Formats: sequence, C-alpha cells, structure tokens
Amino acid sequence: MTPVVSSGKAATTNPLKQSPALGGAMAFLGIERSLPLLHGSQGCTAFALVLMVRHFREAIPLQTTAMSEISTILGGADNVEAAIGNIYDRAQPRLIGICSTALTETRGEDMAADLRTIRERHPEWRDVLDVVFASTPDYGGSLEEGWGKVVTAVIEALVPQGEVPRALRRVNLLVGSHLTPGDVEELADFVHGMGLDAVVLPDLSGSLDGHVPDRHITTSLGGTRLDAIAGMGSAVLTLAVGAQMEGAAEALQRRTGVPYRMFDHVTGLAATDAFASALIEAGGEPSPRLKRERSRLLDAMLDGHFAFSGKRCAIAAEPDLLLALSEFIAAMGASVGAAITPVAAPHLSRVPTASVVIGDIDDLEQGATGCHLVLSNSHAREAASRLGLPLFRVGFPVFDRLGGPQRVSVGYRGTRRLIFDLANLFLEQAGDTQGAHEAPPAEAAEKHRHAQAQVG
Amino acid sequence: MLRNKMADVFNEPGCATNRAKGEKERKQGCSAKTLTPGAAAGGCAFDGAKIALQPITDAAHLVHGPIACEGNSWDSRNTASSGPSLYRTGFTTDLNELDIIHGGEKKLYRAIKEIVQRHRPPAVFVYLTCVTALTGDDIDAVCKAASERLATPVIPISAPGFAGSKNFGNKLAGHALLDHVIGTVEPEQTTACDINVIGEYNVAGEMWQVTPLFARLGIRVLAPITGDSRYHQVAAAHRARVNMVVCSQAMVSLARAMQERWGIPFFEGSFYGIGDTSAALRTLARMLVERGAEPSLIERTEALIAAEEARAWAALAPYRTRLAGKRVLLYTGGVKSWSVLAALQEIGMTVVGTSVRKSTSEDKQRIKDLMGDDAPMVDQIPAKQMYAMLARGDADILMSGGRTQFVALKTKTPWLDINQERHHGYAGYDGMIALVRQIDTELSNPIWAQVRTPSPWDMPLPARASTAGAQPARAATQG
Repeated sequence: MTPVVSSGKAATTNPLKQSPALGGAMAFLGIERSLPLLHGSQGCTAFALVLMVRHFREAIPLQTTAMSEISTILGGADNVEAAIGNIYDRAQPRLIGICSTALTETRGEDMAADLRTIRERHPEWRDVLDVVFASTPDYGGSLEEGWGKVVTAVIEALVPQGEVPRALRRVNLLVGSHLTPGDVEELADFVHGMGLDAVVLPDLSGSLDGHVPDRHITTSLGGTRLDAIAGMGSAVLTLAVGAQMEGAAEALQRRTGVPYRMFDHVTGLAATDAFASALIEAGGEPSPRLKRERSRLLDAMLDGHFAFSGKRCAIAAEPDLLLALSEFIAAMGASVGAAITPVAAPHLSRVPTASVVIGDIDDLEQGATGCHLVLSNSHAREAASRLGLPLFRVGFPVFDRLGGPQRVSVGYRGTRRLIFDLANLFLEQAGDTQGAHEAPPAEAAEKHRHAQAQVG
Repeated sequence: MLRNKMADVFNEPGCATNRAKGEKERKQGCSAKTLTPGAAAGGCAFDGAKIALQPITDAAHLVHGPIACEGNSWDSRNTASSGPSLYRTGFTTDLNELDIIHGGEKKLYRAIKEIVQRHRPPAVFVYLTCVTALTGDDIDAVCKAASERLATPVIPISAPGFAGSKNFGNKLAGHALLDHVIGTVEPEQTTACDINVIGEYNVAGEMWQVTPLFARLGIRVLAPITGDSRYHQVAAAHRARVNMVVCSQAMVSLARAMQERWGIPFFEGSFYGIGDTSAALRTLARMLVERGAEPSLIERTEALIAAEEARAWAALAPYRTRLAGKRVLLYTGGVKSWSVLAALQEIGMTVVGTSVRKSTSEDKQRIKDLMGDDAPMVDQIPAKQMYAMLARGDADILMSGGRTQFVALKTKTPWLDINQERHHGYAGYDGMIALVRQIDTELSNPIWAQVRTPSPWDMPLPARASTAGAQPARAATQG
C-alpha cells in the first residue's frame, strides 16, 4: 500500500489538473457526428477549446450556453434550449453532449428535468437528435473524472436496457482518457489481431487522429457510430481500460448483462499479456503477427533494460496515466522517485513508489531532485528545464511538440516503442556513444578527476 | 456593486464608438449585444482581465475559483519578459466542493500568505471568477486584510467570466489599476520625455521592436501598461508626460481617466505598419515638446523616421516582385484591420477581404482611405463559409488568429498567425519587414504543391495522360 498524501498548499502552483468538463467534452468528440456543449459562461468553453486546439492541432467543435450573471441567477434552462436549437440549425449533429460546469452546478439546476421539458417542446428533434447530459462540475475531480462520467452517461442514454442475443466474436472496448488516439487505434488493431471485433467507446482514433477531410465538417470528424453504441449489448465481454471507466463498464453490465473485465492500462508485458488472456478467454486466437510482436517486445526488454537500471523518474500525471507509467518504469528496472497526481483515487495505493503526492507541477519540481527524467505534460517544461532534466511529454496537454496524440505506448508494439524512446533519453543523458552499457559513468570520471586533483 | 462598476465602465466619453451612439444605446453599454447560446465564440471577462494584467512580470497572479479558470488557461499567453518570471507561474485556489460550501475566503487568504512568504512579490493580483462571485466571497475584504497584515499590495480584480466579453474584462482591469495601483508610488526620477504605452502586452516581444527607436530619441517608457512591466513602474505611471494607447478600444478609458486625474494627455496610435509607426513617433514627439521637452526632439524624430522608412522600404523592395498580385484574406480586427493594409498594398499584394468585426467607425474609415469606398470589408465569416472561400481559392493566404488556423490548413491554404498566440513580433519598422518575410516564407514553402497533388488512386490512368485531367500530375512531378 503506497501512502497517498496531499501537498497541503492553499495555493495550487502551476496546475497539473484540467477541468472535468474539458475531459467530458473530449469524450463526446470520440462519438460520430457529435457536438459537445459546455453549460457555463463562454470563457469555460473558450479555455477548453483553445487547450484542445493546441494539443490536437485540429479545429475543435465545442459550444457554450453563454451563461451571464443574470441567466445564472434565474436558471439556465432557456440558454440550454436556445443553444441546442442554434447548434442543431447550424451544424446538424446527431448528438449534442452537454457538460455542466462549476458555475451552473453551484447555482444548482435540475438538468434532467429541464431536458425532459425541452425535448417535449421540440418533437421535431425526436428522431434526428440525441441529447446526453453529464454532470461535470470543476470542483470535483479532474479530466479523467469528466471523461468517465460522460461515457457512463452515453451508455445510460443510448444503450437499450435488456439482454439481447450475443454476437460470438464481438467485444466492447471502453478506453480511458489516458490513452491517445494512437493508443486507441493500436488496441483496436490488437483485438482484430485476435480475430475479434470491437466496438470502441469513445473512439478518438476516428476523429482526432489528425487527417484532412475532403469537406468542412462542423461536428466531430468521426468516432464511435451511434448504432454501434446501441448494439453494445450484443458483445460477449467488455474490456475497460483505466479505473475511470469502471462506472461505464458497470452501467453497461447493469443494462445489458454483458460482463466486464477491468484493466488499469495496457502498457508493459504483464499488462498486455493480461489483456491478451482476456481476449483469448473471450474466444480470440492470436495471429502470427501478434505473437511476433510479443517476441519483439521481449527482445526490446532484453536490449533496453540496461539503460533503465538504476534510473529514477519523476512523474506527474492524472491517476490512471500515473499508474500506467509507474508500473511500466518499475517493471523495466528503473524507479519512480516522485509521483504527483492532481486528485485522489483508490488505485493510487498501487503506484510502485514511496508515496504519491496529490499536488501540482510545483510539487513535481520540488520532488524531482535526484531524478534522471521527468514524465509529464507540456506544462512541466519550465520546471524540467530549471531542474536540468529531460522532459518526456505524456498526457494532456502536449502543445510544444508535434505528435502527442499520435504517440503509441500500449500493447506489445507500443510498449516496445516506449522502451526505445525512454532508453534513448537515458542513453543521451549518459553521453553514451558506445552502446547501451559500455560507457563508463560520467560521475566516475568526475570523481577520478577530483581525486587526482587532491593528490596533485 | 459589479453592476454599478459595469455602468461606470461603459460610460466612456473617450471612446469613439460610444460617442457615436445615442443616449439610450450608450446606457446599454458595449456588451449589450448579448451572447447567443450555442453560437458564441471568444473569451470571458476574466480572460480579458488576466490578459491585460498578467504581463506585470514581477507580480503574482492568483485566480480564486475552481480549477477550470486557471487549470485550463494558464501557460498560454505568449508575452515576453526581460527579467522576472513570476508572472508565468499559475496560481489558483483550486476550490473543491467543500471550499464552495463553506466559502473560499479563508483558503484565499492562506493562498495569498503562502505566495507572499515564499515568493516575496511586490504585489499579488487576485482574480474573482464566476463561482466565487456567485457564492459571494468578499475578495475586496480579504485583499484589504492581506495587504495590511502581509505588508504587500494585494489587488482584487472583480471581473468574473459571466460579467461579459474579453474586451470588457480588459476595461475592468484598467479600472482596477486606476483604483488600486497607479499613483501609489513616486518614481525615483522623471524626465521630460517620459511616456506610458498603454494596451501593449509585449506579445512575442513586440514592445522590444519599438523601444530601441524610443531610446534613439531619448524617450523613456516610464511604464509599459502592461507588457514586460514591473509593478512599481505601473504604480508610478502617473508621472508620465504623455500616454500612448495602443489597443484603442480596450484601454482608452484608462488613458482618459489618467488625463482627468493627473493631466496626462493621450493619443491612440499603432506600431503595426510603417506609416503608422512613423505617425506614432511624430505624435509622441510633438506632444512631448508641447509638455516641455526639448524642441529639437521634433527634428530628431523626423530624421529618424526618414532614415528608418528608407531602410524599411529598401528591405521590402525584393519582396515586391515575389509577392505582387498575391491575394490576402486579412481576418483579424480593430487596429490590425487597417494598420497592416498599407504595407501589404505597398508591396503589391491584393487584399481580398479585411474583417471589421471589432473595428470602430474610425477604423473603417481608415480602411476606406486606403482602399477606396468599395473596400472589401467583411464582418464575421462563419467557418463553413470561410472553408468554402479558401477551398475555392479566393485567397492565396489567410492571415488570422489560431481559431481559424485549421480552416485554412484543411483547405491546403497557406496561413499566417497575426494574433496573440503568435511567435513572431510584427511591430515597428523591423516588425513589418519580419511580417512580409513571413508571408513570403509561408507562400513559397514547397509543401503546398505537394499536398495539392491528387493521390495515386485519384490519378488518371497513364493511358489517358494526354487528356486535360493529367495536368496536375505533370505539374506535380515538375514542381
């Protein structure tokens, strides 16, 4: 049991946390022809929008109910109704996903009742538009929390209640926000490599993978199809990746009876083997290619572990990503010298480190002394540079380097990629020009010089 | 209270737009145009206030609210500092549910205390947000108590997001400076050539493209308000001889109030464009001389202008042949809708449209002066329509802010960032040369021909190569 302690500061300094509403909006973007709507003041949307644009380098469809001081006090139902109407008229989405913010939640609104009234008043939307609401106030949780709540809300709204005949080779894959669009695609390929079909929810690999559509699209650029979501009850098993997805997996089981298996992550040999085992139990059969990929990963571990040995890493990330990276690093023979996360979560007690700090990037900077590498988002770049340490960019947002959303670090293939990337950083740091473990350490040379100087 | 403040801020005789309005319209204020739910874009008042004040580089900026306001927005404003970096640190009380239920005042006080004890800043700015405005946290009282107990100015900024637009937040920030900062410190020394530059935030170091010109004329910037400023500079800004207002709409009320209170005359000018830079320098020199500066300043300024303009035009000349006839869609607003026009026209580019979303009637007149009565002024262009325009090839390059970047790029159209997140400075004579160089670099990049090439599976069969349809393929292999 790793102790989890709070940094205890009143002033969060260089925040590591983004708002749950941002995470919720991002999850909605993984559904086809959807358009997320933040129920708050227009700044709530503007900030979330700009940050996602910087990370994904894509236009992000995201709207606001544009709450003012007065509409907040009087209640926002009129603004919600007007927003739905305006969005529908301008963009014709199939789904409008509403996330509340701290503003509307502090005031307190019965959004479920308001939405029922609004839907009754607009029969013209009945067969053409779904509206899904998730409560995602900024004062509770972080990006992961909002993401998980939205996926749960989508399942509760769009998957019909009741058991249906099972399709033998079909599984559901519920993916957390700690997986990039590149990771999601890799996992879907992995399932296919087992000869199975997967409905992936949400599927950012179809919308925010970075591509050039042949026309202007004002909603999400792709993602999970609505009919596929409605058919999730016909799978033999749900695989949920990330503790943030447990609520969604449970909701799906409650509605359809489809059993689920939880995976904290699918990074590293053990985690990927567990994922593969579950797929084999569900009737999968690994392709020769998949077997080869595992063999390649073993080789990468054999070649790469020298570089990891004795290295200390400082990690600042949301709980699910922190656990994934920490377990991977420990499994390669390096250690986690500092582990920072913005919010508490039960599974943090499994992070392989001395203690987990609930804190911010300032806590990372204070705690990373003696480490060799920092793993965090782009916000940590100045802290890392003050520490004189390389920063390996992970999570959200990554805005000062290209390809963050395309990075793959899951499955056998992705884990191999991650080993190479990190090992190369360690090797570069050691000034190694010979090969993984042949260069004498720089400290030894320094001690030698020092000793010689004292003698002379 | 906020309501009174808003009415007060809207009553702006120094604002051209406001003067042009009737009595009734004026009472409604400038954000009377209510935002449309589901079709609104842009930042909130808190965003605007933060943009205007955060460039005070040695101060701490603390956001009092739940995580979204600072967590989603910090580390995004590209304003440069020549020294202190505390302004880049994101501070927030990051309120959780219990803080909101019990009230956040005590946590706010503890946060201020932590910051003062650890960083010893000359001042702390505390930003109210929607939630803390709604729950009624009295930040004025907390800031007052903290100022006294911690012996550090702690300044409340009451610009919660739901109060209005970004522009309105700029104005509220200006008022806060008047109420709490400017005039609280006397400068160590003054000169007859001290000025303040108001509304310039040193985005991408733009201020530094102009300050060398000032230095050559012996003009001293007493206080930049607020780009690359120090707190004590802003606090002593009331001793300047002349105020120059750069981003006219947002900060003109601050300049007008300073004129009333301390008799500092002001003018609105711009450092975008060669002609405008010269005009600004000329006006500055004249006004400083009127207030007692050495009369020779005027001649020295004219000599500098003549030399700099000649140098700038000489530097731009090589681009004339390369860029003549290229069509630009200028999608910005306010001052920039006309101030870069002249330079683009001078090098022979065709401006196919310039947006006047945030422009005043004076801005629009300037455009007409440059381009004639049939100037292609456009209002807001919806993304869908802009996509169609660019896909059709109506413009060779889009110059705009980050918001429309991907509309241009997805149509495979060259794009240049001219708004606040950009990484190149475009102010002054050197800035205009840099801008034209960037346009040329972007337009002449070899990727454009490549990305427009059809994919192999859309290519006509070789057997049909003699038909007109094969044209793009041949052009591509040559290009």
